[in-house]
Amino acid sequence: MADNTLILFAHPALEKSMANRALVEGVSDLDNVRVHDLYEMYPDFHIDVEAEQALLSDHDRIVWHHPFYWYSTPAILKEWFDQVLQFGWAYGDGGNALSGKIAKSVVTTGGAADAYTPEGYNRYSMQEFLRPIEQTASLCGMVYDSPLVFHQALNWTDDDRQKAIDAYRAWLLEPR
Amino acid sequence: MSPIFLNAFVYLLCAVIAVPVAKRLGLSSVLGYLVAGMAIGQYGLGLVGEEGESVMHFAEFGVVMMLFLIGLELQPSLLWRMRFPILGLGGGQVALTTGAIFGAGLALGLDWQVALATGLALALSSTAIVLQSLQEKGLTGTTGGKSAFSVLLFQDIAVIPILATFPLLATLAPAASDDHGHGGGSAFQDWLSHQPGWVNTLLVLGAVVAIIVAGRFIARPALRMVAKTRVREAFVALALLLVVGIALLMNSLGVSAALGTFLAGVVLADSEYRHELEADIEPFKGLLLGVFFISVGASIDFALIASQPSLVAGIVFGLIILKAVVLFVLGAVWKLKLDQRFLFAFSLAQGSEFAFVLFGFGVAEGVFSIELSQVLIASIALSMALTPLVMIFDEKVVRKRFGTKESIDRESDVVDEGAPVILAGVGRFGNFVARALRSQGIEATVIDNDSDHIDMLRNIGMKAFYGDATRHDLLESAGADHARLLIIALDGEENINQLIETARKHFPHLQIITRAMSMSHHLELIENKVDFAVHQNSASALEIAENAMTRLGLRAHKANRSIKAFARRERERAQSLAAIRSDETVFMNTVRQHIDEMERQFKLDHQNQSKEADKAWETEPIRKSVASGEFSRKR
Repeated sequence: MADNTLILFAHPALEKSMANRALVEGVSDLDNVRVHDLYEMYPDFHIDVEAEQALLSDHDRIVWHHPFYWYSTPAILKEWFDQVLQFGWAYGDGGNALSGKIAKSVVTTGGAADAYTPEGYNRYSMQEFLRPIEQTASLCGMVYDSPLVFHQALNWTDDDRQKAIDAYRAWLLEPR
Repeated sequence: MSPIFLNAFVYLLCAVIAVPVAKRLGLSSVLGYLVAGMAIGQYGLGLVGEEGESVMHFAEFGVVMMLFLIGLELQPSLLWRMRFPILGLGGGQVALTTGAIFGAGLALGLDWQVALATGLALALSSTAIVLQSLQEKGLTGTTGGKSAFSVLLFQDIAVIPILATFPLLATLAPAASDDHGHGGGSAFQDWLSHQPGWVNTLLVLGAVVAIIVAGRFIARPALRMVAKTRVREAFVALALLLVVGIALLMNSLGVSAALGTFLAGVVLADSEYRHELEADIEPFKGLLLGVFFISVGASIDFALIASQPSLVAGIVFGLIILKAVVLFVLGAVWKLKLDQRFLFAFSLAQGSEFAFVLFGFGVAEGVFSIELSQVLIASIALSMALTPLVMIFDEKVVRKRFGTKESIDRESDVVDEGAPVILAGVGRFGNFVARALRSQGIEATVIDNDSDHIDMLRNIGMKAFYGDATRHDLLESAGADHARLLIIALDGEENINQLIETARKHFPHLQIITRAMSMSHHLELIENKVDFAVHQNSASALEIAENAMTRLGLRAHKANRSIKAFARRERERAQSLAAIRSDETVFMNTVRQHIDEMERQFKLDHQNQSKEADKAWETEPIRKSVASGEFSRKR
C-alpha cells in the first residue's frame, strides 16, 4: 500500500480546463489520495492556516498540482506557501513539521516540451523554472521528487489524456 | 380614586392577556381586544358596567392620535397625488353605499329621512379597526390597502357635512338629552347650534386654515424651542398638547377631531421633528386604541341582541355583504386586481366608530328613535367585532381560492420547468439575490405576496408569482418539482420556518438556503440542518467594521483579513452553539464562554498576535534567526 498523498490542486477556472479536470477526475477515486481543491475551498483567498497545517501533518506525500502560469503557480498556491509554511512550523527554529515527507510538482503547460530548452522560446528547462518550489520543499526538510510535467495540455488527443492519467496514477500507486 | 385604578387595572390586564393569546393563535390583536372586551363587559364577567361607554369616548382619542400619525407619514405632495382615489373611491363608496342602504330602508318601510340618515351613518367604515388590521398584516403598502386608506380618509372628511345634514332630516321632536358624544354643551356650542348652517361651515373652514397656518408658523418654532431644552418629557408634553388642543378646537365646532389632527400631521410631515413626534405619540395611540377596541367589545348589548336575534343578525350580515359588494364593484371599476379587490372589499365592510357619534347626535336631533338607534349601534359594534374574522376569511379562504388563481392562470401558458431556483420573497433583500443570480444568467422563479413587486418583475421578463410562498400548491406551480434550490428571503421567523417545513414535506429534494432574522433564529436553522443559513445583517455589519478599521488607519488588507478571520470564528461559534442549543444551561454557559473567548481574542488582536490573521508575516522571530546567523551558514 502506497502512502497517503495530499494533492494540493490549484486552478482558478477549472470549468474551462479540459486537461486538469481529466487529471483530477482520473485520480480522485484512489483510496490513498485526497484531492484538496484550493480555489474551491478558499474562493476569497482567506486560507485557513490551522486546517491546512493539520492536513499536511496527516499525509506523507504532498503534491502541488497546477497549470503553469507565467513560469510559476497560480496566485492562490503562492498565497498558500506564504501563509501555511510558517517560520517555526515548517522551517526555522523548531520548524520541522514537514521534515521527511515527499513533495512533488504536477504541472501542465500549454507549450510543447521543446519550448523548455535553451533553444526554445522559453529558454529554460522546467526543472530550472521549478527551482523555487524545489528549494521551498528542501528548506522545509522535504524530499522533492522529480516533477511530473504534461506539455501541450491545451491540445491533447484522447490518447494523450489517457497516457497522462495513467502516468499520474502510476506514481500515486507506487509504493515509497 | 379607586374605581379609576380598578378600571385601569382591568383594561390593562385585558390588553396584556388578550394580545399575546391572539398572537399565539395567529390572530390579529384587534380581535383579541374585542373578545377581551366582550369577556369583561356587562354580559360577560361584568367587570365594567355603565362607565364602559364613557371609557369608549375617552379611548376614541386613540383614533384621533392614529390619524395624526398617519398625517405625519403623508407629505402634502403625496396627499395631493392621492386626490383621485380619495375623491373617486371614497366619494363613490359613500354615495353608493348610502344609496343602497337608503333603498333598503325605504323597502323596509322607513321614512325617507330616517332611511337616508341611516344610510349616511352606516356608509362609514371603522378607521381604527381597518388601519390597525392592515398595519398588523403588513398590507398598508398594497394597492388594496392604499385604496382602503383613501376611502377612510374621504369618510373622515364626509362626517362634517353628514353632521350638518342631520338636523334637516329630523322627523321626531328633538330628544331632551344633549349627548352629542362631544364633551357636553358649553355656552359656545349652545350659541353655535342656533346659528345658520353657513356660519358653521365658515367656522370649520376657518379652523382648518388656522390649523394649517398655526402648524407652519407656531407649532414648528415651538417644537424647535422645546427640543432645544433637551428635556424629553417637555417635548412629549408639547406633542400631546398639540393633538389635544386640535381635538378640543374641532370638537367645539362639532366636527371630527380626527380630521383636524390628521391635517396637523400632514402640515408637520415634512418638518424635522416628524420622527420624534411619531415616536412620542405612538405608545399613547397604541394603548388608547387598545382600550377603544376593548370598550367596543364591552359595549355590545347582548341582551338587546338576544331579544331580537334575527333582526340584528339580518342587519349585521346584510350590512357586511352590502358594503362588501359595493366596494367590490367599485374596486372593479377602479381596475384593482382580483386579490387586492377582495382585500379592499372585505376590510372596509363594517360600521364605524363615527356612527356611534352620529346615532347619538341623530337621537338628540330627533332623527332616529331610541329603539332604532340602539339596534343599529349594537349591529355596528358586532360588525366591527366581526371584521378581523372577515379578514381572516378573506385571507385564508377567498384569496386562496381566487386571488392567486388569477395570477397562476395568467402565467400558466408560460410556466416552464427549467428554472433551477425558486426565490421566496423579493423585497429589498430578495431583490439583491435575484439580480446577483441574474448576472450569471441564473434564472429564479419568484414568489412574493405584493402584486406590485410581481408586476415590476414580470415587466422585466422574470417569472413571478403572486401569493403566499408557504403554500405548497403555489410552490408546485412555481416549479418546485424541478427546481434544485429554494432561496428564502421572506421576512419574519415564523414565515421562514413554515416555508422550510412545507418545502421539506412536499419537496424533499430541494436544497434550502435561507436568511436568519436573528442570532437565535440562525442557531435554530443550523440545528434544523437547512443547507445554508446566514444572519440577515452579518454581511453589512462586517463591511461597516472593515470600513471603520481602514478609516482608523489600518491597512486595507490587514482590515480585510481580520474581518474574514472574525467571520470564520463566528461561523464556527454558531455551529458549536447550535449543537448544544436545546440544553438551556449548557447553552448559557457556553455563550458565556464564547464571550470570554471573544474577549481574549480582542486582547490578542490588540497585541497584534492574531495567529490566523497575520502570523505568516510576523518578522520578529525571523529577524532573530537571521541575527543568530542561521540563514547565512552553509548547509
